[in-house]
Amino acid sequence: MSADRHRYVSTDRRVREDRRFVVGKGQFVADIDLPHMRHVALVTCPYPAARIKTIDKSAALAMPGVHYVLDGRELAEATLPLMTGLDTPNVPRRPLATDVARYAGEWVAAVVADTRALAEDAAEKVRITYEKLPFVLDAEQAIQAGAVLVHQAHGSNVLLDKTFVWGEVEKDFAASPRKLSLRVKWGRSATVPIETFGVAASWDPWREMLDVYASIQMPRYADQISIALQIPVTSVRVHHDVDVGGSYGVKRGIKHTVLCGYLTRRLGFPVRLIEDRLENMRGGDAHGPERLFDVDVAFDDNGIVRSMKMRALENVGAYAGRSPFQLGKPIGAIVGPYKIKSVQYRAVAVVTNKTTQEAVRGFGQGPTNLALERTMDEVANALGLDRLEIRRRNMIRREEFPYTIPSGTTYDSGDYHAVIDKVLANTSYEELKKERDRLRAGGKLAGIGIAACLEPSGGNATFEALLNPSITTSTFMDSCRINVDGMGTITASMHTTSSGQGHETLLGTVIGEVLQVDPDSIRVTRPDSLNSLPSGTPVGSRMAIMLGGAAFHAAHKLKAKLTAIGAHDLGILLERAVYKDGTVSERDAPQNKRAWGDLVQIAFRNYHRMPDGLEPGLAVSHVMQVPTGGTLPTADGRVQMYPCFSFEFHLVLLAIDPDLGTPEIMRYRVGHDCGTVINPKIVRGMTMGGIAHGIGAALYEEFAYDGEGQLMAQSFMDYLLPSSLEVPAVEIIQHVTHSPNTVLGQKGSGESGYLGAPAAVANAVNDALKPLGVSINTLPLKLSKLGDLIAEARDKKGN
Amino acid sequence: MKAASFEYSRAADIDEACAMLAADDSARVIAGGQTLVPMMVMRLARPTRLIDINRIAALSYIRNDGDGVAIGATTRQCVVERDALVAAQVPLLARAIPNIGHAATRARGTIGGSLANADPAAELPLIAITLDAVLSYRASGETAEIPAREFFIGPMITTLPAGGCLVGVRFPVWQGEKIGVGFHEVNARRSDFAFVSAAAQVELGADGKCKRIVIGVGAVTDFPMRLDSAEQQLMGTTLDAKAVDAALREALADIDALADLHASAEYRRRAAINLASRAVADAVSHAQGKKAQRNADAH
Amino acid sequence: MRIELNVNGTLHEIEVEPRTTLLDCLRDLLDLKGAHAGCEHGVCGACTVLFDGEAVRSCLMFAAQAAGTPITTIEGVTPGPGELSPIQDAFCETHGTQCGYCTPAMILVAHALLADNPEPTREEIVEAISGNICRCTGYAQIVEAIALAAERMRGANRPRSLSK
Repeated sequence: MSADRHRYVSTDRRVREDRRFVVGKGQFVADIDLPHMRHVALVTCPYPAARIKTIDKSAALAMPGVHYVLDGRELAEATLPLMTGLDTPNVPRRPLATDVARYAGEWVAAVVADTRALAEDAAEKVRITYEKLPFVLDAEQAIQAGAVLVHQAHGSNVLLDKTFVWGEVEKDFAASPRKLSLRVKWGRSATVPIETFGVAASWDPWREMLDVYASIQMPRYADQISIALQIPVTSVRVHHDVDVGGSYGVKRGIKHTVLCGYLTRRLGFPVRLIEDRLENMRGGDAHGPERLFDVDVAFDDNGIVRSMKMRALENVGAYAGRSPFQLGKPIGAIVGPYKIKSVQYRAVAVVTNKTTQEAVRGFGQGPTNLALERTMDEVANALGLDRLEIRRRNMIRREEFPYTIPSGTTYDSGDYHAVIDKVLANTSYEELKKERDRLRAGGKLAGIGIAACLEPSGGNATFEALLNPSITTSTFMDSCRINVDGMGTITASMHTTSSGQGHETLLGTVIGEVLQVDPDSIRVTRPDSLNSLPSGTPVGSRMAIMLGGAAFHAAHKLKAKLTAIGAHDLGILLERAVYKDGTVSERDAPQNKRAWGDLVQIAFRNYHRMPDGLEPGLAVSHVMQVPTGGTLPTADGRVQMYPCFSFEFHLVLLAIDPDLGTPEIMRYRVGHDCGTVINPKIVRGMTMGGIAHGIGAALYEEFAYDGEGQLMAQSFMDYLLPSSLEVPAVEIIQHVTHSPNTVLGQKGSGESGYLGAPAAVANAVNDALKPLGVSINTLPLKLSKLGDLIAEARDKKGN
Repeated sequence: MKAASFEYSRAADIDEACAMLAADDSARVIAGGQTLVPMMVMRLARPTRLIDINRIAALSYIRNDGDGVAIGATTRQCVVERDALVAAQVPLLARAIPNIGHAATRARGTIGGSLANADPAAELPLIAITLDAVLSYRASGETAEIPAREFFIGPMITTLPAGGCLVGVRFPVWQGEKIGVGFHEVNARRSDFAFVSAAAQVELGADGKCKRIVIGVGAVTDFPMRLDSAEQQLMGTTLDAKAVDAALREALADIDALADLHASAEYRRRAAINLASRAVADAVSHAQGKKAQRNADAH
Repeated sequence: MRIELNVNGTLHEIEVEPRTTLLDCLRDLLDLKGAHAGCEHGVCGACTVLFDGEAVRSCLMFAAQAAGTPITTIEGVTPGPGELSPIQDAFCETHGTQCGYCTPAMILVAHALLADNPEPTREEIVEAISGNICRCTGYAQIVEAIALAAERMRGANRPRSLSK
């Protein structure tokens, strides 16, 4: 793709969405008041597993302002179970538990009242009797024969156990002189937005229309509502112009939506549910991966890793929607940036009596990158080789792209070595080592952390087919519509929600670039689902590629139409017409021209001057297929996953107080290559935010459970989100390696930072602990765990 | 998270507040609300009546009353934080206050509120116990005093009688040429409740030896503890690091430390030794006239 | 109960339950939606308003307690329809916001900081916003916004009292 200077793309433009947010005029779901709207509060199960025996609603219903108490049986009779990803009909998922509740905090009943406070008052008065059942919390226990079953009808706790073998794994292991095994655990955490999930639903029986306003980031949201409520999808109108207060994957609230959708249809007035923080943390079903990796690698004395076996065991919680697919997406970058020749990958998803999991930023790539990068460090340590050198030796080189990895995905482009060199030119590795040594001499433990990770971007659905062969989806579309109106102004529309990624700015910039008009003159709208073309929504770091791509193509269609109109009216051949800045003129005779206003006049009013066969007006649209998509997996599970691969290289200096175990990040550098950067402010913000998320996952955040199945981190007092004091100053060194698969050479950056920071921090901590001869491979690396580990090691050493 | 319903009253003076408390044993006093309101919205606390004492001017003061620095119960933490008298005469309190929550919670939170709440990890109870502060409360028309060490008896449990309301606390002022303070805490994030905290105040004699010393640790046990045995052992010594460490290890050898999702019991015990050691070292430096390090905390 | 609140310079007489927090009162009864509920237990700071010029958590105050003290919300520091204050504009310049949920609170904290300290160091800015959690930005561009606003306001020669 072109490395030309762009007029608007890659320039330092403001993000237009910011204007409404800085004055507090965002439109979040809790800001929307529908006339006669009532409020929902939940009644939750206090036990990790229990049979629901009786539900007595009488006291609740007698309270002032209370309209209804809904239980799971009634809801189950009127709705279909929620959509799942895997083929697991005996593990149904519903908004309210029916006969059995399967995690502490699971929703058992819903109260509707005039205010949220009254609903909470009444929720306390719903009397439920339970019979406690045995429960299982640990994934390794759950897969044992004879384990307590979370879903009796399913016969086991295993939702998925699939092994893929790509290449001659056994042969490569046998032929390699060195092997290493490592266990790495990604603790249960999530990206926890500051805004909880909320939905307001309103049913109009005369129009047969369900209006849905929600803080949502979810593919096929309207479809799922339609299926569960058994109403046509054309009776569901999702309002895409609701501002979402952060999502990073987790705002999937389908159970909340089906619940409210049913209630509004049943009760005849709008119903709103805004999770409070306790409902959100315990029962919002927005926990992230809790993944145990067992990695074996085969390598030689030069540190070249030839083959890898990886088992990923995922604790998905009590039910599963799409979340087990988070074991599949990383297949598309299973070897990271390295030339590992053969891979065996076993993906196991088990249910336990914990809160249900949801998609989290990266969809499993972050945990996988952690496992890969810890392994690379340990390979280096085993050989006594430098950890940076090991990576250089194993990395795919620029001239080797496009590069196909054993699982069948072809990486589009990259220049990993250049990115690393650029970072080291900014911050000398030798100087960093000296600084580390100075810190050590001063009595601290200190370590350098390195992580070289990929961010697959562009999105695609092929991991679905990999893990559930009954799925044959080979597309993941997005779309853009552009209309020039009779006054000559431009409106472009996007067909999904945003949660701060600046999509409106993206659209304006790309269309402005193609049409050579000021992006700020372009109105961007967000029509509802009934007025939208297909969109896969902002998942999989795809919007720059897919929305940007759709906008680009639509804008080119418009440009072509304008050029054709101008050429025809000028009486010249199309090949002699030049479009520039909204004007069409004759090549070599620029005084012959039709300006923007003329072209609009012709298209809208002077049909007699239009070329034959063209529609009047200036309306175009484009629905885009994902680049490199369109195929399904082969029999041995090889497939092209995502189209583009961004790269990030983290370099961290971290000190640990040896007595207290407190980690402190002293220096943070990251090299980032996401191809053409359409808006530098947006991309920088994504990387900074992703790193903060990653630091949280690495050091502070955990949905910890006690032995009784109770979530201990139920509020922000115990689930520790990094503040400005916990996130160090970060310097980003940007590099651009264009993607050959996209319209502007852009790749995605929506997950940047998050996919590599936990690995970098974990590697830094381990480098710091190395002189003590201990290591730690479980996130989060809480300071007390570090403190205990260090104390134990020192005791052994006789310190 | 909406609180259960309650009646709201404003008390014009402390006796009115106490009368209302006496009339309804589910009534509670509210001042800053920074710890009470979260408990109420989570419905862990369900007072039937809240008695707002924020406007009782007589409860908001900072003065040296001859026996020490007396601070009224509804004095805002941020006011104490900025007060010159406190900085000069109760430096340990001044040193500890910035560690309480955030600026936004110190803007509303009160000295009395934090003391009455008696969270095992809170800074103010630790300072009160370390300095042998005296708390005063009003009940049934009488004002009574109680030493800090008798006030805090369990996690969030005090000996404040039913119907009683804290009205103030008095911190003793150490007279002497060479006084120094030290305070350290460890937590995952700067503004969290401490996982472990330690406070120390030291007076050195002309010979540089320890004339007087108090050491307290917080968040390790159900309420802050004074390390009396260590204090006795260290009197008259030069407070060298080794002696301090040994005394602290002995004092903390057998404590039954708290364990939770944030830290193990053994971590707390070890960290208590370490932080107390640092607090004493800081106090010694400070007393010797070297610059006391503010917020030179564990991270 | 009937209370009178002074919000953004206007006196409002409203009927509230004692248990209504200042946050819910502002949002539901006065239609000032800029303060946001993030946790409702005083940790995230998204509910921040200025209470007599100091940043406080409006979720930790019952509306009844707030009577008689001037309260400033994000709506109160916005100069006029379609206009941005220097601080708001600086947040747009550095892109110190993404989803916008924590933003009004961050801006009010910035107002309080700069009213008190027109030349904050980076450390002082980081400290000032440490009671407000952001999950989108990683704080960098927020800190830059406040530093930029400080710089511009120092050069703008306006009386300090107008920035409250």
